[in-house]
Amino acid sequence: MPLVRIRGLHKRFGAVEVLRGIDLDVHAGEKVSIIGPSGSGKTTLLRCINYIGQPSEGHVTVNGSLIGEKSVGDRFVALSDRSLARQRAGIGMVFQRFNLFPHLTVLRNIELGPVKVLKVAPAEARERALTLLRKVGLADKAAAYPEMLSGGQQQRVAIARALAMQPKLMLFDEATSALDPELVGEVLAVIAQLASEGMTMILVTHEMQFAEDISDRVIFMDHGKIVEQGPPDQIFHAPTHERTRAFLRAVLDRRAKPL
Amino acid sequence: MTVIVTAGSFVVSIVLGIISAGCATSRSPVLRAISYAYVEVFRAVPILTQLFIIYFGLGSIGIKLNPIPAALVGFGLNGGANLTEVFRGGIGAIDHGQTEAALSIGMNPLMALRYIVLPQAFRIVLPSLTNFAIGLLKDTSLASAVAAPELSFDANTLVERTFQSPEIYILLALFYLAMSLPLSALATSLERRSARGHRA
Repeated sequence: MPLVRIRGLHKRFGAVEVLRGIDLDVHAGEKVSIIGPSGSGKTTLLRCINYIGQPSEGHVTVNGSLIGEKSVGDRFVALSDRSLARQRAGIGMVFQRFNLFPHLTVLRNIELGPVKVLKVAPAEARERALTLLRKVGLADKAAAYPEMLSGGQQQRVAIARALAMQPKLMLFDEATSALDPELVGEVLAVIAQLASEGMTMILVTHEMQFAEDISDRVIFMDHGKIVEQGPPDQIFHAPTHERTRAFLRAVLDRRAKPL
Repeated sequence: MTVIVTAGSFVVSIVLGIISAGCATSRSPVLRAISYAYVEVFRAVPILTQLFIIYFGLGSIGIKLNPIPAALVGFGLNGGANLTEVFRGGIGAIDHGQTEAALSIGMNPLMALRYIVLPQAFRIVLPSLTNFAIGLLKDTSLASAVAAPELSFDANTLVERTFQSPEIYILLALFYLAMSLPLSALATSLERRSARGHRA
């Protein structure tokens, strides 16, 4: 049984169909990168996995439990807010814009979830938060407020915040896209370390080299569908679909083009 | 009495305002409709009319409230309706990414509101809250109309007894000013405190 199983996933915003039938399995320990042009549905797919985005059709199963709904007879009904929250607690998410809580210190950002959601004793939660801060190299920033930190530091705190919930799965939504170029490396280093520790992760990314380095599998999406998937070697160096080739050509060639 | 009526109805207003704003921003259409109806009714009817209905109207069908509880209910319900819009604006001003981040670490929508959204919204609505509190302080003079023995009621009684109207009314104005100014000062210091983590 894969850790993540997605079947027949569709997502519509009004008349626009952003996801048009996605089937995907991700196994425990696997690192999967999703690439593709903007508007191809990558982020929407990621958000449906923890039900921050609600599928219009189809189902997502994580760790054996159906996300956001339960089957009653032959119908599916929405889960209560509480049950859904419990499911989300086991799925970490890192956002493009960090989304740290600006009114709380770095330490408080990290320990809030464990204390309020998992009911971990405050002293233990603090200990765990400090350990995570050391792990992302920010032990000296525990008392700082998010806006005193650089983007790269904020994103490392956001990763620590997600890890504090001890998730089985981590979702990265363009985690480095909002960063100044010189700050990208420090965030990728933290993600790479996490990958080497065996965390199951799904990354939506524009960092092609990084995707090639750490992924077990790369998925190319376009127009709400998975066009092609395979080991990074194959996708980056021997793609079989013309659309994949065109996308990679456009992305890897960073020179200015004549209009 | 003015202080008790003001403080009491301020607390009632905030509680009602937060609950009603929570309903107004919830996913449930029923809750949204209740909040909408509540706000429209209590905002549209003048506070004096509401006080009369609560004090005399309810009295005529056998629900006798003393003047002070009647004033608390009246000002509380009215204030709650006004603050609903204030809180709703404050909640709306918080980036939705904040709620998403809270949900992603396993909070339910109510926890996200309580721990993440409201504390940030509070900072935004603080100036409006101060304004509301000072307005309330003055509006409680209307409670004299239902014979609640607050400041204006006492002043009127005193005028009737002594016929020194200019002096007494100026004194009354000074009393209100003396109560408003500490409120403004308190608000300023609260705003400064809640600015932690935000460059102004």
